Amino acid sequence: MFHIYCPYCEEHREEEEFHPKGQAHIARPEDPDACSDEAWGDYLFFRDNPRGIHHEMWLHAVGCRKFFNITRHTVSYEILETYKMGEQPTVGAEHLAREEKTAREGKTDSVQVAEGGQQAVGASDAALASVKGAQA
Amino acid sequence: MSQTAAQPNRLAQGGQVDRTQALTFTFNGHSYTGHPGDTLASALLANGVDLVNRSFKYSRPRGIVAAGAEEPNAVVQLGATEATQVPNVRATQQALYDGLVASSTNGWPDVQRDIMRWVGKLGSPFMPPGFYYKTFMAPASMWMTYEKYIRKTAGLGRSPTQPDPDIYDHMHRHCDLLVVGAGPAGLSAALTAARAGARVILCDEQETMGGSLLDTRETLDDRPAAHWLQATLAALAEYDNVTLLPRTTAHGYHDHHFVTLHERRTEHLGDSAPSRAGHRQSRSRLHRVRAGQVVLATGAHERPLVYANNDVPGNLLAGAVSTYIRRYGVVPGRKLVLSTSNDHAYRAALDWQEAGREVAAIVDARTAPEGDLVAQAKAAGIRVITGSAVIEAKGAQRVSSARVAAIDVDAFTVTGKVETLECDTIASSGGYSPVIHLASHTGARPVWSDDIIGFVPTTVAGVTAAGGAHGVYPLGEVLADGVEAGANAVTALGFATTVNDADLPRVAPRHEGPACALFQVPHEKATLRAPKQFVDLQNDVTAAAIEVATLEGFESIEHVKRYTAMGFGTDQGKLGNINGMAVAARCLGQSIPETGTTVFRPNYTPVTFGAVVGRHCRELFDPERYTPMQAWHVAQGAEFEDVGQWKRPWYYPRKRAGGELETMAEAVARECRAVREGVGILDASTLGKIDIQGPDAREFLGRIYTNKWQKLAPGRVRYGLMCGDDGMVMDDGTTSCLAENHFLMTTTTGNAAPVLEWLELWHQTEWPELDVYFTSVTDHWATMTVTGPEARKLLTDMTDIDLDREAFKFMDWREGHVAGVPARVFRISFTGELAFEINVQAHYAMHVWEALFERGKHFDLTPYGTETMHVLRAEKGFIIVGQDTDGSVTPEDLGMHWAIGYDKPFPWIGKRALTRSDTRRENRKQLVGLRPKDPSVVLEEGAQIVFDPNHAIPMPMVGHVTSSYYSPTLESGFALAVVKGGHQRMGESVYLPMADGRIHEADIVGTQFVDPQGERQHV
Ligand SMILES: [Zn+2]
Repeated sequence: MFHIYCPYCEEHREEEEFHPKGQAHIARPEDPDACSDEAWGDYLFFRDNPRGIHHEMWLHAVGCRKFFNITRHTVSYEILETYKMGEQPTVGAEHLAREEKTAREGKTDSVQVAEGGQQAVGASDAALASVKGAQA
Repeated sequence: MSQTAAQPNRLAQGGQVDRTQALTFTFNGHSYTGHPGDTLASALLANGVDLVNRSFKYSRPRGIVAAGAEEPNAVVQLGATEATQVPNVRATQQALYDGLVASSTNGWPDVQRDIMRWVGKLGSPFMPPGFYYKTFMAPASMWMTYEKYIRKTAGLGRSPTQPDPDIYDHMHRHCDLLVVGAGPAGLSAALTAARAGARVILCDEQETMGGSLLDTRETLDDRPAAHWLQATLAALAEYDNVTLLPRTTAHGYHDHHFVTLHERRTEHLGDSAPSRAGHRQSRSRLHRVRAGQVVLATGAHERPLVYANNDVPGNLLAGAVSTYIRRYGVVPGRKLVLSTSNDHAYRAALDWQEAGREVAAIVDARTAPEGDLVAQAKAAGIRVITGSAVIEAKGAQRVSSARVAAIDVDAFTVTGKVETLECDTIASSGGYSPVIHLASHTGARPVWSDDIIGFVPTTVAGVTAAGGAHGVYPLGEVLADGVEAGANAVTALGFATTVNDADLPRVAPRHEGPACALFQVPHEKATLRAPKQFVDLQNDVTAAAIEVATLEGFESIEHVKRYTAMGFGTDQGKLGNINGMAVAARCLGQSIPETGTTVFRPNYTPVTFGAVVGRHCRELFDPERYTPMQAWHVAQGAEFEDVGQWKRPWYYPRKRAGGELETMAEAVARECRAVREGVGILDASTLGKIDIQGPDAREFLGRIYTNKWQKLAPGRVRYGLMCGDDGMVMDDGTTSCLAENHFLMTTTTGNAAPVLEWLELWHQTEWPELDVYFTSVTDHWATMTVTGPEARKLLTDMTDIDLDREAFKFMDWREGHVAGVPARVFRISFTGELAFEINVQAHYAMHVWEALFERGKHFDLTPYGTETMHVLRAEKGFIIVGQDTDGSVTPEDLGMHWAIGYDKPFPWIGKRALTRSDTRRENRKQLVGLRPKDPSVVLEEGAQIVFDPNHAIPMPMVGHVTSSYYSPTLESGFALAVVKGGHQRMGESVYLPMADGRIHEADIVGTQFVDPQGERQHV
């Protein structure tokens, strides 16, 4: 059973107080009507299942009722960090940062940088692939 | 030394049992005596009971092998009464008490004359490895029959058939350091941490703390180890920051240093927990410990050697022999042969001889053993045969001799002539395996160490193995390892420690020669033809079975394990796993580390369901939620239905003229008629209610619901449909505009919490810029639905609200007073009749409810329950989310196109998915009404629908019934169903083939069976 630090309550609490909500940083496309069926299907149904670092969203369901993010190692189950909505992970960030830079120079539309109050948005496919490669 | 007559193997002195008190116990119907301090196993051995079970698969006679948790054979059924039956108890871990009743679990109908004996005699050809898969998979229909027979024959123990008289509890604990195991390593670790001021929990699975110190020959500070042990336990007990938990097994290591401990609080005292000062005690307790750091001082299990017939009663572990003699004053035989690969096991022969019994020989696999214990044995005149091993035990119900021969360990061959030594006991030792189970629960893989010839654990951060569990065996080093582990653990938590070598007791130096790596002992015959050489005694897995598995192509040790059942079940491979891997490695021509290790899983030893459940049973199993009118419903004799955690009145049976209660069908028919013809009332307080406020509340509703909210004025109510972003309906309900920035949303009873979570999800993660707040007010407001043609008349004199049909229209709400208290009244209808939903603060609810009934006397106001509510709403085609929908149904599948605002500006949740190819395809299952041809038929909910009942099986199934009732209004059964392309099939016939062979026919009709124009709710 996990022992989870809620970044809003600033306390470790038992897993029983939380609900897991799946992969973090899945942004709803800004213009759904512009999405192809395939792109919308990817957003709805497809999630990563990495062996290693995984960013996932949790809810402090019977605590402060806030959603937040956890960076967890899916092999050791170690929780490497928890962070608020709108913030970016620091673990795994070295891979993301490198790819973000590339993305900004190239295809800026694929990566959104978190802004105040907004849920951080996931990396480009290339960035994720590089993280997966590093973990393999 | 001599022995008492009553207990032939009990020594006159020695051990830690109290010979002044006799305890009487029963095993397999025979009465015996033992003493306080005995385990059931030591008492059985004292009484010369050789045979404790029949084996799982071959039904071979089995005796006690070990003295602790690793015992594979002496797994017994405990309990003097039916209610106190406990299966799976290891006799080696069960303290003896007066009146204890135990029996063998394997060996139906009789341990001595077993019906399955022929299987054991005929042996391998009938029971090859993987035999379940090979023999009984065909014909599949016979599997259940076979399995029942095999299970009964194998006798895995049984649960009681009567309620457990005992109570159990759970305790949540937090500590800086949890130390598992109170042997020398655990004690020194705990003491070091305690001195540093850390909060320490020290648990140990045995009756008495001390571990190996309880039977060691070594001295501490030149005195018997017991002196240091008692002093250390006394010192620990003095610390306020130390909790000592004896009889407590750490059985599972879960995530993030969450360890579950099973404390057996009264199981050493009797069949059932005795009362103390008039209070019931809990029989056992589950401690749920969250630790900062954990030291695993779980010791090591001795490995038996694998030789032919090594399962005949009288074959024991060498260390167990020493434990029985030194700790319990029991010598489990008359004449001993010891077969060993190491010095340490020599203790067994020395202890045996000192107990006054004969040692036939020590057979040592090493060619030139040279340690201090070897010298002691030679000096004591014991014959030492080197370069040899016991290759086979002889005897049926008890060992009668040992066949000994010179062997070549590396070449795996017998090299010399076989000598037969008469004996009744063979003790063996192939060295020690650190107890790595708990470390393995964390997912950390152990690594092989050639130095100790065993796997040592790797650990996750915050966990340290110490002493035997760490592969450290000499006593002095074990104590030092414990100190270091304890110091490191608390230092990591920020405590200051001063480790001083002078704190450690002095251990006399002892020279031990190197051990040799021996697992399976060669036999003159090849393994496949030799007599059975058992690797896993509990699961009856032989070396030959593992060899067969490798010959059949199973190369991964995990596959070998599953194919042979090695290390399965409650045993978890404590004795057999390493030997099994060694056999597999030999067969595959590779090393043990190349072969790998299998994973140990919780639980380390079995935990009773009572302990797992604790107090979470009966009325405390799950919280029950009551509405404010619960007492009234109970007084009226309502039958209740569980809806989530809520108790809701299901129907209210009345007494008939004869004094008997109405049946459910009669009550529901009466309640339905009352609503359709007069007036009824429903306690709808369980509906989820969410108060939504903020300048952006309206915008938020427009994004979360499929329909439009921009123009809903204060005082108005609207039905809303909620989808997931996959376009599937997930909830529905009404939302009322209380003020421009203030709304009240209702949800289905079961969905109140998930819907609130859903709203928060979107607000917090996608639209935090919207200024809107959500508060659950489900419990704050009670809701009573007054409905039926007489509803307005009933309410007229009870409220200051103008009930005129023009002033207070359908889908309006009004604020005012009802029965003198503030109320919100909503003109919404779930019955299709004129209806007023009265919401008052929960504390006023009973007053209002009773006032309504006082006034209702003149109108025969009839309370109705959820069943009538269902009939009435289904007659109107109103859906219940989760009953008529199942997560694969869109609003359009429900025919609710009118509730979809495709032209709303914001791409609301679910919109995009409603135009995906799959949601647009023809032939989706759509909600329709069904009218059975035979009006007396009420279709089964869930019944499958076909178009052609004469189609060959399998028939194409085109839908199923979602709701079905008998309608007193229609005087007919009717149903809601989903049918492929149903909206285009009005008037067509469908068929419902039932399990009993009948086929019902029904017409597809619209979903509104009563008042299809919807006029009655507007009156
Ligand atoms: Zn919180």
